[in-house]
Amino acid sequence: MAVRYFIKASQYFDSVALMNATRDVQALPGIEDAALVMGTEANKRLLARVAPLTPEAQATSSTDLVMMVKGDGAALDQALAMAEALLTKQPGQTAMAGKRRPRTLRSAVREHPDSNVAVISVAGMYAAAEARSALDRGLHVLLFSDNVSLEDEIALKRRAVEDDLLLMGPGAGTAILNGAALGFANVVPRGPVGIVSAAGTGLQEVSTLLAKQGVGISQGIGVGGRDLSDAVGGMMMLHALEALQADPATTVIVAISKLPSPAVVDKVLARLDAGDKPAVVIFMSAEPVLPSPAGDKVYPAATLHEAALAAATLAHGGDGSTVKAQLADRMRGLQIRAKALAARLSTEQKYVRGLFSGGTLCEEAMRLWGERLGDVWSNAPFKPEFKLPDSNRSRQHCALDLGEEEFTVGRPHPMIDNDLRIRRLLQEARDPHVAVIQMDIVLGYGAHPDPAGELAPAILRAGELAADHGGDLLVVTALTGADGDPQNLARQSAALAAAGALVMGSNADASQLTALIVTVDS
Amino acid sequence: MPEVTNSPSNRLSEFFDKPVAVVNVGLPLFAESVRRQGLPVVDVDWRPPPEGVPRLTHTKTGISMDEANAEAVRRIMAGRPMIVGLGLARDVIPGMTDRTILHAGPPIAWERMCGPTRGAVMGALVYEGLTATPEEAAALAASGDIAFDPCHHHHAVGPMAGVVSPSMPVWIIENAEFGNRAYCTLNEGLGKVLRYGAYGDEVYRRLRWMADVLYPTLADAVAKSGPIDLRAMIAQALHMGDECHNRNRAGTALLLRALGPALARTCADGERLAQVIEFIDGNDHFFLNLSMPAGKAMLEPAEGIPGATVLTVMARNGTDFGIRLAGDPGRWFVAPAGMVEGLYLPGFTAADANPDIGDSTVTETAGFGGFAMAAAPAIARFVGGTAQDAISATLEMYEICFAEHQFFTIPALEFRGTPVGIDVRLVTETGILPRLNTGIAHKEPGIGMVGAGVLRAPGACFAAAFEAVKSW
Repeated sequence: MAVRYFIKASQYFDSVALMNATRDVQALPGIEDAALVMGTEANKRLLARVAPLTPEAQATSSTDLVMMVKGDGAALDQALAMAEALLTKQPGQTAMAGKRRPRTLRSAVREHPDSNVAVISVAGMYAAAEARSALDRGLHVLLFSDNVSLEDEIALKRRAVEDDLLLMGPGAGTAILNGAALGFANVVPRGPVGIVSAAGTGLQEVSTLLAKQGVGISQGIGVGGRDLSDAVGGMMMLHALEALQADPATTVIVAISKLPSPAVVDKVLARLDAGDKPAVVIFMSAEPVLPSPAGDKVYPAATLHEAALAAATLAHGGDGSTVKAQLADRMRGLQIRAKALAARLSTEQKYVRGLFSGGTLCEEAMRLWGERLGDVWSNAPFKPEFKLPDSNRSRQHCALDLGEEEFTVGRPHPMIDNDLRIRRLLQEARDPHVAVIQMDIVLGYGAHPDPAGELAPAILRAGELAADHGGDLLVVTALTGADGDPQNLARQSAALAAAGALVMGSNADASQLTALIVTVDS
Repeated sequence: MPEVTNSPSNRLSEFFDKPVAVVNVGLPLFAESVRRQGLPVVDVDWRPPPEGVPRLTHTKTGISMDEANAEAVRRIMAGRPMIVGLGLARDVIPGMTDRTILHAGPPIAWERMCGPTRGAVMGALVYEGLTATPEEAAALAASGDIAFDPCHHHHAVGPMAGVVSPSMPVWIIENAEFGNRAYCTLNEGLGKVLRYGAYGDEVYRRLRWMADVLYPTLADAVAKSGPIDLRAMIAQALHMGDECHNRNRAGTALLLRALGPALARTCADGERLAQVIEFIDGNDHFFLNLSMPAGKAMLEPAEGIPGATVLTVMARNGTDFGIRLAGDPGRWFVAPAGMVEGLYLPGFTAADANPDIGDSTVTETAGFGGFAMAAAPAIARFVGGTAQDAISATLEMYEICFAEHQFFTIPALEFRGTPVGIDVRLVTETGILPRLNTGIAHKEPGIGMVGAGVLRAPGACFAAAFEAVKSW
């Protein structure tokens, strides 16, 4: 056992730095004890207990560094070198990089008092408490989480309305507030149309269709799929409509809901009627809910596409009377196209299949198909008797909402991950009775970064599988996207077209075309 | 909670066209897309609350806990602790008798006392002249003839063992806002000292000098200078690199500066004056025994507010760690004291260390000490080494505190107020335990200080307190 002292005269180190370095030196192999101290009388007394002081060590003062190591002779030099290195070492970059994130919404708002919107997507059982905490702090809330109880939803919305805040959700995937795209939302220009929607992809579809016509939106407010139920009573839609009616930047209002309660529809119409701005409503269910009388200011649309056309017309100062003519024109074009496409089908190919990522888009397709094809099977049908006994096996005309929980448990949503849809596409392509497969492809923030990049090769492969049994499979797609979206709308469209898919401008057009292809000759 | 109210500008009628600033709670994807739009977003590092932990907002009688806590922290921050004088413990501390020994932390009998507390008790009994030797002192302590009581039961606080015996001089701190007083002994310095459990001639000699020379000199000076504002002094020290628990260098300097003229005017004996100044100058922790009773004096007025879930006491006796809540100030919630993650003086290791000990956590309870680590980068090595680590330590404590201090601010955080008012609900919900700075005593009686370090308060006493709050 050897002891070595090493003195550095006139080098001051903080005692905590020294104790820290001491600990590291003590941990070296072959070292029994070590001490790095300033040469104060007290420290020298402590050192002397461990190992007798050398004369040089004895002579030090409180401004001299004394290093002592005790252990195997061979290890001592290394230990002294390490001690010196430890004391002169600069803190690494990594320490600064590890910036702490706040652990709670409460402290996030304290640290950033200018925060005004909370996006909440934690598991449903915790979501209501987080939403309440956000409302307590005066934040608007986009509540993406599902599985929030109806009681909580009602209480939260009541509270939000009292405080003049937005409580968007639960289950609200989309909002565009003051130009900021939140959740699943597209990069659309700002403009005069204010949208309130109880259907997330409905909001995306209408806002992007408006953008394609060069019309921007003022606000896009999702309110959650249950808002227009009897229980919730349209609380948040009515609140948002009132705000848009008062908003000088909004000149046209669009209200979207699926499966609304008739009593709530009446309240919404009354609210729109009481305002002085023209409005478009689209209420989707098995049959289009065309309110009547809708009042002078309210244009009732049957599809999301029609809603966007009407809103654009109204935004340009028109009165909506030209919209039906536009739609009729489009329909003639679709019929001509359908006829040409139908000629490519074999006599065996007679069914259509829909593989949807957006629930609202799936419902819109089912309704439009239903007008021409009769009842449509689905995992989420309008009529319970047409619920697929096994969602993994399609029947006849069949539309699947792949965003339903049965498909998404334990895997990402089909807007984020294409695997499920690709597997199902190939499965359907192997069915010789399938004529047309329709898919919605939703772009924008939140969605997959390059859906066409993955779907296009799968569409080619689907065509090959169909060709194996002598069919010419038609794939009809609709892109819900805007020029500004991160995925690049034009490139997505080109990639799909290059794979032989038909790329339609709207979900309604795609659905009409799909249904027309299998009915045009009959 | 009431500390943040809905600013009218955020109401929907005023919100349109304001820039959006997002707080994201959940999927990081949504934060990322906001960031890509060039908009401000805070991505919360969210974790689910522990199972079975409800969000408590009101007592059964309908008292709002937030409102109660707001009143509690208002009182804590409004307190103006002033040095008003010095006196002998037996003369000034309420309930002190000639056979009373006060100690740090929650109540404890001699049989369960740790080594350093026993050592300090033995040393104090010899110092008081009640026995001649430490061995006799131990026998006397065990006889039941000595009344042991926590400092906290007598408006006092004591660092480490926290032993106060009748003839020891103490600081008298008066809260000018509420009129309550708090008491603390004078700091002996580091090393072989009574509060770290050391005894022996060196210890007694120093204590006697403190009683015979230091005490009267300081008492005269304070009488001359008039009350000295400790809240202002702590606030300044926090701007000078102290957190006023493990670092008191600036506070000690400020005190000496404040007392300097009065000392010079009242102490005619130049050599005596020089000794006093040397003693204070040679002890970087001299101010600790003022920052502590200042904290105590500020905290006590918050005691007894029904429904208040913030802590007014957090203290250790080297065996147990105890806390008390403002809403139920008579009740201790205790758990075993933890081991300190420490840095050691030469010749000592973790094997020598006693569990966490002392009332000095009154500093963290009052919104400084370890909670103001960001103010004290010089001792950042206790918490990881970098100034950023020190800042992170303080930022974390905001998560469990009800408020931010109005008067104690941190330059490195853009003069944000220190975290104050440890809320047992927030501790339980987040699972974040208070960070404490502390010295380390040798586990055997009679030896003294072996190091210093940091640790977290034990979770069990917070869990017990939360259970109790549930039934309020």
